[in-house]
Amino acid sequence: MTLAAQLPALPVIVPLVAAPFTLLFKPGRAPWAWASLISWIIFAACAAIVAHVANAGVVSYHLGGWPPPIGIEYRIDLANALVLALVSGVAAVVFPFAYQSVKAEIDERQSPYFYGAMLICLTGLLGVTITGDAFNVFVFLEIASLSSYALVAMGARRDRRALTAAFNYLVMGTIGATFFVIGLGLLYQATGTLNMADLHDRLVGQDNRMVEAGFAFIMIGIGLKLAMFPMHLWLPNAYAYAPSAVSAFIAATSTKVAVYVLIRFFFTVFGLDFPFLHVAFAWTLLPVGVIGMFFASIVAVFQEDVKRMLAYSSVAQIGYMLLGVSFGTQEGLAAALVHLVNHGLMKGALFMAAACVFFRLGDHRCRAYEGLARRMPFTTWAFIISGLSLVGVPGTVGFISKWYLIEASIEAHRVWAGFLVVLSSLLAVVYVGRIIELMVLRPPPKDGPLAGEIREAPLSMIIPMWALVAANVYFGFRTGLTAGLADQAAAALMSSAGGG
Amino acid sequence: MSANSFLAALLINPATILTVGAALAALLPDSRAGLRRPFALVFLAFSAVELARLGLGDYGALTLFGAPATMIRLDPLSRIFAVVFHIAAGLNIVYAWHDRSRMTVFASLAYPAAAIGGVLAGDLVTLFVWWEMTAVISALLVFASGTRASFTAGMRYLAIQILSGVLLLGGVALLFAETHSFAFGPIPLRDGAGDIRLSALLVFLGFGVKSAFPLLHNWVQDAYPKSTISGTIVLSIFTTKLAVYALARSFAGEPSLLWIGAIMTLFPIFFALIENDLRKVLCYSINNQVGFMVVGVGVGTASAVNGAVGYAFCNIIFESLLFMAVGAAMYRTGTSKATELGGLYRTMPLTMIFCLIGALSISAFPLFAGFVTKGLIIDGVAEQRHFWIWLALLFASAGVLEHAGIKIPYFTFFAHDSGKRPKEAPPMMLLAMTVSAILCVGIGIYPKPLYALLPYQSAIADYAPYSLYHILEQSQLLLWAVLAFALLVLFRLYPPEVPSTNLDTDWFWRVPGRRMLAWAAGVAQALWGFAWGVFTRRLDRFIARVYAVHGPEGSLARSWPIGFMALATAIVLGLALVLAFISKLISNT
Repeated sequence: MTLAAQLPALPVIVPLVAAPFTLLFKPGRAPWAWASLISWIIFAACAAIVAHVANAGVVSYHLGGWPPPIGIEYRIDLANALVLALVSGVAAVVFPFAYQSVKAEIDERQSPYFYGAMLICLTGLLGVTITGDAFNVFVFLEIASLSSYALVAMGARRDRRALTAAFNYLVMGTIGATFFVIGLGLLYQATGTLNMADLHDRLVGQDNRMVEAGFAFIMIGIGLKLAMFPMHLWLPNAYAYAPSAVSAFIAATSTKVAVYVLIRFFFTVFGLDFPFLHVAFAWTLLPVGVIGMFFASIVAVFQEDVKRMLAYSSVAQIGYMLLGVSFGTQEGLAAALVHLVNHGLMKGALFMAAACVFFRLGDHRCRAYEGLARRMPFTTWAFIISGLSLVGVPGTVGFISKWYLIEASIEAHRVWAGFLVVLSSLLAVVYVGRIIELMVLRPPPKDGPLAGEIREAPLSMIIPMWALVAANVYFGFRTGLTAGLADQAAAALMSSAGGG
Repeated sequence: MSANSFLAALLINPATILTVGAALAALLPDSRAGLRRPFALVFLAFSAVELARLGLGDYGALTLFGAPATMIRLDPLSRIFAVVFHIAAGLNIVYAWHDRSRMTVFASLAYPAAAIGGVLAGDLVTLFVWWEMTAVISALLVFASGTRASFTAGMRYLAIQILSGVLLLGGVALLFAETHSFAFGPIPLRDGAGDIRLSALLVFLGFGVKSAFPLLHNWVQDAYPKSTISGTIVLSIFTTKLAVYALARSFAGEPSLLWIGAIMTLFPIFFALIENDLRKVLCYSINNQVGFMVVGVGVGTASAVNGAVGYAFCNIIFESLLFMAVGAAMYRTGTSKATELGGLYRTMPLTMIFCLIGALSISAFPLFAGFVTKGLIIDGVAEQRHFWIWLALLFASAGVLEHAGIKIPYFTFFAHDSGKRPKEAPPMMLLAMTVSAILCVGIGIYPKPLYALLPYQSAIADYAPYSLYHILEQSQLLLWAVLAFALLVLFRLYPPEVPSTNLDTDWFWRVPGRRMLAWAAGVAQALWGFAWGVFTRRLDRFIARVYAVHGPEGSLARSWPIGFMALATAIVLGLALVLAFISKLISNT
């Protein structure tokens, strides 16, 4: 029993065990330092897992030594290795970033609870990603969701609306989880197993109403979690009123993990042989993705609150991923996976910039951004670069995403979809450009609560934020790690799904 | 067209050799700027050797659109122009030795290169390419002085030169449609029935713009004097002479050229007499001189064309000698205004002597270059019994003496003493002027080598420039003209030197024309504004509608009550279940 053999268990076990320890620390710096340390350990573990999977192929870890399908299996292929890297990477950046921001936004006495909840949330997200057991997905999804309800509610100290936002999030998230578990139940009824690989084997040839209903429940349940239009309504308020660090963490990871779960169920559990899948692609995912791309972008254009704007932009970006999945081709899948990772990077950086602004100005409405270039140049340029990445400017990861997506559209003989991607990117130009104009061209306000001497955000925030911005640029040029892995992951998923 | 023969023809073409040389000279780094002009001279010598080595004949045969084309045609008519262009380019490079700027060095080699390419072109397409090259590269020279005025003048100049190219291109295209040939030979302006051919007319006008036909001439006085000192000299040589060559090639014997040429010789005299800027005076003199050549081409007999071409050869040398002398004075004093110059003979005696030699040459005094070729033109007119044209040329010759032969040296070096005591011109300027002056006198005394270059040898064989009749006729003319000048000055009737701006015909398109254009632009702007207004009102209404739905208070962006959210989820689930129910129907169809 070497440590290397137990490596797949670490991302789940370590934060889960570490979380209660935060409560033992003195409120303030200690819980934060502990959580940051854990996040780095996990990032290292995940990096090791990714390297291992990339070299040696699929890893199957039997929890407690019980073999599947009876026991719980952690099954890591390239697809979830990629998502593990994203989630743990964002955590490793956001946790150190959080200290100043949390100190300003949350009662110091609550800080142990806050970091504990963050670690539990991280546990849940990593667990959802790593597991190869369908019911285990539900369990971890609930662990992640419950902790994030609490985290969102902690924004109430600065804005009471966080409470209603958290409540709505709670109700909707629970509905989604319920639908998901109903779907699982139906599948269990049909097959008698909960292991994903086993489910796939036993679902072959099963084409009855029960399985179809199960599919529909799972799709809608996960759709709610990933804020698929029109079930996105919980998301804008939750992201807008949550504490800034929570927004940055959840926006970059939570919906991405849900998208991964959707892909996993579509391609690994049901497979391309499942006849209803193609109907669902063409009649649900494709229209929902396209409508989401446009409607949410247009709403973002008119938003007066930058965090809400970013939240709506997230809904639009989810639309891109759904569009990529809906092609049902390897290229489309690769595009969805690449964008999943890339969007995590850019949204994380953008929400961190918003956190810096909120830290100094106490406001995340547009007017706080007037003349920001002169007050907080580093924050401004971080926002600009990651905003350009969101638009898809060459030299950033956003360009790689759009490129893959357009290529996949052409490959799938849906050239019009490629045009729509470009068209909705123009909307992104508008909503990002609007903020850039405020920051760069307007003078800072002369009077009112936002006037006065404003310093740049502290280094402990600037450095992690710029690490993520640098990743935006670095992976825009060196696509081997993101797009290369996504290509391979898509190929592996397609072959496991029984496609070409 | 085979790529190999094309490349081979490019390699032996003096024009491409010079263009490459110009580019290389310009690419020399600024730390080696002093090497640029020597470098240019080396390439010029190389090109001249290549020209001599080639000998008469056609080179670089190509096929364009199924019609033959020739990149290089070296026959006696093109050879004499190529030779004199080489001489002039060399003199200019030496003259402006002090000017090492990248752009002027490039232009003063690449511009002659383009003119030589045009002269050597054996077909109309090749001609067009070099024709446009001259336009673009010479515009660099107008821009070279870098002032606001030179910029706007350069843009006007460029527009007119490009217009000439467009006319030429249109004519070439129509000609090709009619004859399926790009032949660059005689192009009859009228067809068999005596009607004007549009194709030929377009080519004719294209040539006409560049040779500065009356009313198409303003660009000369507008652009040339605004260039730098050396730039003006380079400009004064090539464009108009290339056009004269093209006219001689395609429209020799065209009767309308007689009248056009006669008017060209006459009208600039009056402008030149009242003009204060001496460089502008010389620009008017270009019009006048080209007029003589155009008349020679218009007569069309072998000896008259010989005269036109030979006169072009000599004119290039003595006209640029005059420009050089005035330029040297301007280089030392900073002005070329008659009112601000005068009395410079004391300190610039050599320049004064060279200026006088140029003046005597342009006035066609016996023993100078003008005399031995101008007689050919005037004789040709007389032989063909064009009485009025003949009379006009005599009058114009007297006028040349007044404005170029007397006014230029008189107001620069004599007249009232301006009090300026500048140094003598720099050595390299003196060198260039010396060579020019020696050529002027040498050709005047011993014209045989020039006559050997003329295109129609049979017509020149028994021509004797120094017959008694020629000397008497010319001397009478000149003496009476000198007398007239003396009397005018004596009785204070000669137009006084006044610093003024004289209006030429370009006033009509600079002032009313500009108003017209401004009016048209205003109308277009108003129409566009109206259309744009309609569009933006529509757009505003559209955006307002989008905002009503998507704006912060719109139904899509509002924070909905939780029951609604749950309901939406239920509806979507219902739809998904219905879809699952009917999926077989869908996938079966």
